[in-house]
Amino acid sequence: MAAHQTNLMTIHQDDIAKLCRLAQIALDDGERAATNADLDKMIQMIDVLQSIDTDGVEPLAHPLDAAQRLRADEITELVDRDRYQASAPAVQDGLYLVPRVL
Amino acid sequence: MDAFASLGQLARALNHGDFSSVELAQEHLARIEASNPTLNSFITVSAEHALTQAAAADERIAAGTAGPLTGLPLAHKDIFCTDGIRTSCGSRMLDNWIAPYDATLVARLNDAGMVTLGKTNMDEFAMGSSNENSYYGPVLNPWDPTRVPGGSSGGSAAALAAGLVPIATGTDTGGSIRQPAAFCGVCGLKPSYGRVSRYGMVAFASSLDAGGPLARDVADLARLMPLIAGFDPRDSTSSEQPVDRLEALALNLDESAAMLPPGLTIGLPEEYFADLDGALAVCLDQARATLEKLGARCVDVSLPHTAAAIPTYYVIASAEASTNLSRYDGARFGHRCAHPTNLDDLYQRSRSEGFGREVKRRILTGTYTLSVGYYDAYYVKAQRVRRLIRDDFLRVFEDVDLLLAPTAPNPAFPLDQLLADPIRMYQQDAFTVPASLAGIPALAVPCGMIDGLPVGLQLMGPHFSEVELLEAGMAFQTETDWHQQHPEATG
Amino acid sequence: MTAPWESVIGLEVHVQLATRSKLFSGASTAFGAPPNSQACPVDLALPGALPVLNREAVRMAVTFGVAIGATINPFSVFDRKNYFYPDLPKGYQISQFERPVVGAGKLEITLQDGTRRTVRITRAHLEEDAGKSLHEKFAGKTGIDLNRAGTPLLEIVSEPDLRSAAEAAAYFKKLHALVRYLRICDGNLSEGSMRCDANVSIRRAGVESLGERTEIKNLNSFRFLERAINVEINRQIGRLEAGEVIFRETLLYDSDRDETRPMRSKELSDDYRYFPEPDLLPLEFDTAFIDAARAALPELPDAKRERYIADLALPEYDANWLTEDPDVAAYFEAVMASFGNARLAANWAKVAANWVMGEVSAAVNRDQISFAAIPLRPAQLAALLARIGDATISGKIAKSLFDQLWRSDDPTLDVAAMIAAQGLEQLSDTGALESLVAAAIDENPAQVEQYRAGKEKVLGFFVGQVMKASAGKADPKQLNALLKSALAKD
Repeated sequence: MAAHQTNLMTIHQDDIAKLCRLAQIALDDGERAATNADLDKMIQMIDVLQSIDTDGVEPLAHPLDAAQRLRADEITELVDRDRYQASAPAVQDGLYLVPRVL
Repeated sequence: MDAFASLGQLARALNHGDFSSVELAQEHLARIEASNPTLNSFITVSAEHALTQAAAADERIAAGTAGPLTGLPLAHKDIFCTDGIRTSCGSRMLDNWIAPYDATLVARLNDAGMVTLGKTNMDEFAMGSSNENSYYGPVLNPWDPTRVPGGSSGGSAAALAAGLVPIATGTDTGGSIRQPAAFCGVCGLKPSYGRVSRYGMVAFASSLDAGGPLARDVADLARLMPLIAGFDPRDSTSSEQPVDRLEALALNLDESAAMLPPGLTIGLPEEYFADLDGALAVCLDQARATLEKLGARCVDVSLPHTAAAIPTYYVIASAEASTNLSRYDGARFGHRCAHPTNLDDLYQRSRSEGFGREVKRRILTGTYTLSVGYYDAYYVKAQRVRRLIRDDFLRVFEDVDLLLAPTAPNPAFPLDQLLADPIRMYQQDAFTVPASLAGIPALAVPCGMIDGLPVGLQLMGPHFSEVELLEAGMAFQTETDWHQQHPEATG
Repeated sequence: MTAPWESVIGLEVHVQLATRSKLFSGASTAFGAPPNSQACPVDLALPGALPVLNREAVRMAVTFGVAIGATINPFSVFDRKNYFYPDLPKGYQISQFERPVVGAGKLEITLQDGTRRTVRITRAHLEEDAGKSLHEKFAGKTGIDLNRAGTPLLEIVSEPDLRSAAEAAAYFKKLHALVRYLRICDGNLSEGSMRCDANVSIRRAGVESLGERTEIKNLNSFRFLERAINVEINRQIGRLEAGEVIFRETLLYDSDRDETRPMRSKELSDDYRYFPEPDLLPLEFDTAFIDAARAALPELPDAKRERYIADLALPEYDANWLTEDPDVAAYFEAVMASFGNARLAANWAKVAANWVMGEVSAAVNRDQISFAAIPLRPAQLAALLARIGDATISGKIAKSLFDQLWRSDDPTLDVAAMIAAQGLEQLSDTGALESLVAAAIDENPAQVEQYRAGKEKVLGFFVGQVMKASAGKADPKQLNALLKSALAKD
């Protein structure tokens, strides 16, 4: 994708193709045009952020200033495989099946 | 029994032996069955499960081991995992998915003896402000079936307004409890971030998602809160903040005698009132007058970064959602496309068929803002602005106890009106996303009618000020009867 | 004349931490369970499941950090690394990108010729392992087992400080010994407990800048690591000398064909979209946590080796041999401890070392067990050595007792009692030995004549006779002296 330029954003077909590849989403031709237009509008909307002065402001990842709590190293999960696999689309011998990877 | 009886009234009647929990469940199930073909507020009705729970509750009541809400029915937004009952999240992706475990919130309410009537309709993966993004079709607003109930917890809000349930759960990522509550003339509390466990709540945006209750009056919200709030070791972001004050509030509840905390100062953030629709402004003025009459001092305040909240929210929420939704890949659960020819085909068709348009739009937006070359400009930038927005609130709460604002910029809008214009749809959240970004609690309460449609006020407070919000809301409802107005039956 | 080629290598080593439960869930990490029987909702990435961080994994990462003298970051952050692959159920790996828990440190390695080199370690961070894909079991399908998904990994990244495949192997071995000493990894390479990616480039000696590098993925033995790097170095030299360029790419090493070739996996993305994991809060700990890890550090291999040389007067070879594997060192030290106080025990060090490196090691290899599972108790071995030392038994008898003790696997067996019960004491009573000697002389007049005629080799014949008569219990030294003096008489 092209480097970012403030307030000059329009998204290209190539960009959409890359986003679809990264997100593993396939769009048909009709959807692609509409998505292109939608994303252009989204980007225009979020580009407003560029005008806000954030010099010296630390990013905020969580609204609460808290640190991670740690869990004791204990086996607490008893796995009921059959139950967990009851909604699985394809299972054999306890393995989840997907199309051949290699 | 009165379809609009409050949880408190039902609890008293149940303990008095006026009816059994099974009878209560049966009557509610019958109402749901009658209304659902038109209103569409439920995705799944769990009648059998409910009657089993109700029978167990009756035994507890008879044995004298019942808690305050044992035997009372409720509905869960279909975003909460329920062991053995389908959890669809409003998506084709999970149309066939039955969770093998209960969300912490669900488990706690089951343990309290409450009876799950079913799972309410919602925008797919909680992405939407109108409930039109549900795979199961839109929910109609009980006040006007040509209008939306709001979203994403629209099914819960509509079911309450229609008298189908006395209380329901919802989730609020950017306003999804508060805005539908306002559109349907009911009450909703978005608790502080971390107050209610997110375990088993299907994730939309992890740093924003907050589970909470919707009810017809604020006292009922107060009744449910101590059951669902509190630390959960299964959620790393859950807060260890004690819940004793919420418990005390629920235990000594006397809604008719509710009073504002003495010396309460309420701020009115000017940014929320600047371009407010005239009729809505009048409703808020009246609300302000009511609160002043109850003893509050109202002052104008400013939250200068309010306008940046919408873009900030859509960057952060979409980014988190884009990767939270990567687990829906057709491999272990959920929708799988027919006859995938290879791995990419499995992923792409399963996801493209399983997700609706709005979800795909947000996934792609989030993927974009996280990608190389854009991450700093959008995601990190939005996180910096998020701090500015939160700090606005922290600063203003040095001077005032609570904030009063409208919940939504307008009453419920007609179906289809905003569907083609996502950006205008997003503006619906302008007054609700700031509290979400700041992680503070916010309460929506009915405060008027415009052309026969309810509108709601919003009270916001500092982190973990749920008790103060609920007390203020209850006091407000001693002086107003907006929450006692109900739509004519639509079912 | 052009300068010779120099290779520049950096390693990324993935160490499976030896916790009981997973990094973010309470499911077991045990190896070899039936498929997906140790994959809980968090590991399966079921909707609504959330990660909760394992304290022990954090402690182990910090332990490694203090052991290599690294900066420990009191504030570190977990990030999501996003890509789709069936063994990665969430569609992202929880890792640490910009703020790892362990910062820069260093490790000293010893090469074959004894030279020491310091390898700088850039960082070490916590992340979760992926599941396993089984490609062979079903026609046209891949089976996914998520038992390993979520197992804690410590990824240790070195600077490109290594200059040959042998150095890389030495570094990997050193890390292997270190993590086993720290008891943070079982070090089981065949089960994948340590895996390594090697970044390899070459340049002309004297050139400052680095050449384009390739990355060889997933090497899990010392031998393959060394061979793969050598093959890759030669491939790069071949290309550059033929006027071709090196492309930055990810390779796999095929040990059957002894070649590296490009990886075609979908695991590779050109954009991982790292961002802070919003389901977790920042990892913060105070200095007390770090101090506790430092205080709990065991004696590390280098210090141990130096101590063996200085305090036990062991040769460097023995000291290296005994300290490479913490289980070997622990066994050796347990034997030493059985000799009583340290000053006395030091006298036994060389004998104990010889036996550990000799008989014990041979039996361990023969039975294919680990040093941690030796059936012969250290105290039993020490008792055996003590009886050799005070000449109660001969070395030959000792070896036979060693075998008995090993096979019996019985900690109650007492060496002294066995010697007494089986009558194995050396015959060192001069009187008894003298009569055996006299008898041998009386019975073999011809051999006496030969000896006295100057054929001193015949002495061996008499030693054999007396040994036979004493059932092997004669003290050979004493016997020699007695025979010589008896034969010299008259």
